[in-house]
Amino acid sequence: MAAVIPAAGQSAPARRRGGLARIARRKSTIAFLMALPLILLIGGLVIYPALYSIHLATLNKSMEHFVGLGNFDFLFKRDLFWMVVKQSCIFAVSAVVFKALIGFCVAHFVHNVPAKGQRKWRGMLLIPWVIPPAMSTLAWFWLFDPSYSAFNWVFERIGLPTITWLGDPNWARFAVILVNVWYGAPFFLIMYLAALKSVPEQLYEAAAIDGASWWQKIWYVTLPMMRNIISITVLFSLIVTFANFDIVRILTSGGPIDQTHIFATWAFKLGIEGNDIPLGASVSLFMFPILAIAAFFILRDINRRGNEA
Amino acid sequence: MAQVTLRKLVKNYDETPAVRGIDLDIPDKEFVVLVGPSGCGKTTTLRMIAGLEDITAGDVVIGADVVNDVPPKDRNIAMVFQNYALYPHMTVHENMSFGLRLKKLPKEEIEKRVQKAAAILGLAELLDRKPKQLSGGQRQRVAMGRAIVRDPKVFLFDEPLSNLDAKLRVQMRTEIKKIHQQVRTTTVYVTHDQVEAMTLADRVVVMNGGRIEQVGDPNHLYHQPATKFVAGFIGSPAMNMIACGLEQAAGGLRLRMDGVTLPVPESRTERYKAYAGKPGLLCGLRPEHLFEQRPHLEPGQHPFEAVPVVVEPMGNETLVYFALNGHDVCANVDPGCGAKPGAPLKLVADLRHLHLIDDASGKVL
Amino acid sequence: MAAVLGASSAGTASAGSMKRDRKRALYWSYFFLVLFAIFFLTPPVYMMITSLKSSAEIGAVTNPWFVYHPTLENYTALIGSEQYLTFFKNSAIVSVVVVIITMIISIPAAFALARMKFWGSTALGMGVFLTYLIPETLLFIPLFKIFAFVQDTLGIEMMNHYWVLMVIYPTLTVPFCTWIMIGYFASIPKELDEAALIDGAGYLQMLTKIFIPVALPGIIAATIFAFTVSWADFLYPMAFTTSADQLVLPAGIVTILIRGDVYAWGQIMAACLLGALPPLLIYAFLMDYYIAGLTAGATKG
Repeated sequence: MAAVIPAAGQSAPARRRGGLARIARRKSTIAFLMALPLILLIGGLVIYPALYSIHLATLNKSMEHFVGLGNFDFLFKRDLFWMVVKQSCIFAVSAVVFKALIGFCVAHFVHNVPAKGQRKWRGMLLIPWVIPPAMSTLAWFWLFDPSYSAFNWVFERIGLPTITWLGDPNWARFAVILVNVWYGAPFFLIMYLAALKSVPEQLYEAAAIDGASWWQKIWYVTLPMMRNIISITVLFSLIVTFANFDIVRILTSGGPIDQTHIFATWAFKLGIEGNDIPLGASVSLFMFPILAIAAFFILRDINRRGNEA
Repeated sequence: MAQVTLRKLVKNYDETPAVRGIDLDIPDKEFVVLVGPSGCGKTTTLRMIAGLEDITAGDVVIGADVVNDVPPKDRNIAMVFQNYALYPHMTVHENMSFGLRLKKLPKEEIEKRVQKAAAILGLAELLDRKPKQLSGGQRQRVAMGRAIVRDPKVFLFDEPLSNLDAKLRVQMRTEIKKIHQQVRTTTVYVTHDQVEAMTLADRVVVMNGGRIEQVGDPNHLYHQPATKFVAGFIGSPAMNMIACGLEQAAGGLRLRMDGVTLPVPESRTERYKAYAGKPGLLCGLRPEHLFEQRPHLEPGQHPFEAVPVVVEPMGNETLVYFALNGHDVCANVDPGCGAKPGAPLKLVADLRHLHLIDDASGKVL
Repeated sequence: MAAVLGASSAGTASAGSMKRDRKRALYWSYFFLVLFAIFFLTPPVYMMITSLKSSAEIGAVTNPWFVYHPTLENYTALIGSEQYLTFFKNSAIVSVVVVIITMIISIPAAFALARMKFWGSTALGMGVFLTYLIPETLLFIPLFKIFAFVQDTLGIEMMNHYWVLMVIYPTLTVPFCTWIMIGYFASIPKELDEAALIDGAGYLQMLTKIFIPVALPGIIAATIFAFTVSWADFLYPMAFTTSADQLVLPAGIVTILIRGDVYAWGQIMAACLLGALPPLLIYAFLMDYYIAGLTAGATKG
């Protein structure tokens, strides 16, 4: 028996190797073809325009001459530009912080409710996210209307001073952040609720026996178990909020007096409305380094923790 | 003193009763095992002792205090969960010291306790690892270490070995017994495995359907089961229970099962004679009390013949299955006696170990 | 050794302090849930209230939170308005087409990435995730130029026609839909493949008879996501379409219905509500798929 096996073993792999390799190669090509539309779409409509915008940013207004970093130079000298930078960062960070906090807390409240009722509450609380933002922002715009504001009507009735929501720069900024938080918190709620349910109940019981109070349970059990999902949602939200267009455009169009502009709306104003494509491209482009840095740090954090597994 | 007393303990989930009135006294330092099939209420009872379940009625007393309203952290207990419930983001050291850190014990005290527990459990080199990097047996030991460092009045174990493979289970069983001998804390241990119960317990509590069937030390339960359930639950392979008729005959009482007649030992005549002729009786004999023909028979051992259907050689013994009065009966015979399926075999029944069971009431007579 | 039957004092049914704690937590939870529900639902409710008011009532500055003389005139005006109906039609066409395109691109790509290992598959998987780092607000300007260029050279009318949106929206929908589906496809155990192979199925049959039925929840969730995103997008239509007959709903309502200084708020709110209806209806009936789509993407990541 021992003599026969090596002989059989020698010829079979050679035959098998040829067959397998052929199938493997064919499988690989089929797979590649199946993914090709995706690759073309991303390459042609995302990567290429992104690179192209770098090129555009280096042209002059009529797009005939190359001006190198001239556009950026022009922007850096303008106070408005730096205000837009600061504004975008403040909006993004504060909105995301509130969204995450509200999402986290409300997720706990929903989780505490008996299971049958949870669906109802979840359904109601997600509605802001379902309504197209352009339309819900119009509703807020109407709620903030200088003459007819429904909020001011209530304030008058209970003796509080009325607020020029969109007329005063600071209140306008508050309004933008408020609408942003209103729109985005439900997303965090849904994510965190799902994550909460995946934490094993026995960990909480062990913590209860170990003597943890309710906030200690959150700090020592819930938050560490949710670190990954928190990082991912915060990253996504930072990007989306930072690059937001709809809310500012509809509420204030960047006003009053350009005081609430963020990157997207200002780029729109300069590039499309002002017909200065390269300048608009430069403004938009400036977003990218900030986004990339944020993404880098958060992704590295996720990866590092993933490797601990 | 760290004794545990359960008084008329009841637990209902909505309208469904899970525990129907448990009375149990566990003296200090005793290792008590709650054993029974799934759904018998043993885990619920354990969780009520821990404080993880609300008590519907009755009292749980730990030491001298009724602890019904006391939250788990103040009951001075420690629990080892079936799934270990280790904090995945903390090291072994942090897992074990978590409760102590919450209590704000001084650092030196915490360190001392952790090191001592690690020494007992052989965890000293693993203190800096995370649970993900440990094997199942190691994780179980960390869970026990977490319990030991708290220096509690009572240890509670919730089926801790169910997630381990068979070989590891045997190993860990011995470890747990050794630790109990070292640490000597009152322990309540829940399992569905009667082998674990028998090997670990000072006393075994057999539960069924929310009630206690019998409490006793392992040997007592094995040799003197009080109910049909306990008789069939304890011991592997399980006790044979064969429908039989009890007849009054010339020399005393005898059992009739189909064509086989076995005389009841004289010592039992008084006990059983009232039941002669009663229907619904079962003859209970463990497989090891049905064996091959031997040259020298003691009084009480009576020969009969049967035809084996299945023969299972186990190495040191052979299990032989045959049919009798409509039941599958298991006999434990010597491997050398030549048992073969289909070939009539001469067997002996040792009626000194007979358990006569009344099927209707479930009691052993 | 029988169980000690204690002649004990009557065991009282104890509503322990733990039960009280849990009840308190529940009451506080409900309290805050109601507060947040009010916060989240005020704008939609207000939309509805306003939409049922006539212009006269809005102008009269009575209680804005209550409708004294409810009227459907805003709705009838909109349904009769050809312009509004055009917006609706455009949105519907664009969204449906984009969903189809998205599915055609995403499903095979997800299958390939989840199941077959080919050169660059891991890089591509990462790349799909990273495209979300490049938001539409960065791309709309170069795209503007690119489309203008294509129009000039090839004569295809790209600017100011809504089907340019059909080309562009997939960049918003495909990455996430692919990601959702990779998660679903990957969760199908390989043993299913092998059982099918033994039963004699070819690759195509595996895809149609096994994968797609099992991954159907994911496909539905991805479809809902793609539809909702296409329906709601605002920046691209604002940038690329200008004339009224090419606008989709979000851009249409904001630019056309808000004319000059006179805002017909009753009509605007009715327009918004009607415009939000498709996503809301899908959400109401398919809520679980909606939510599954969201969470699947993130938790698999």
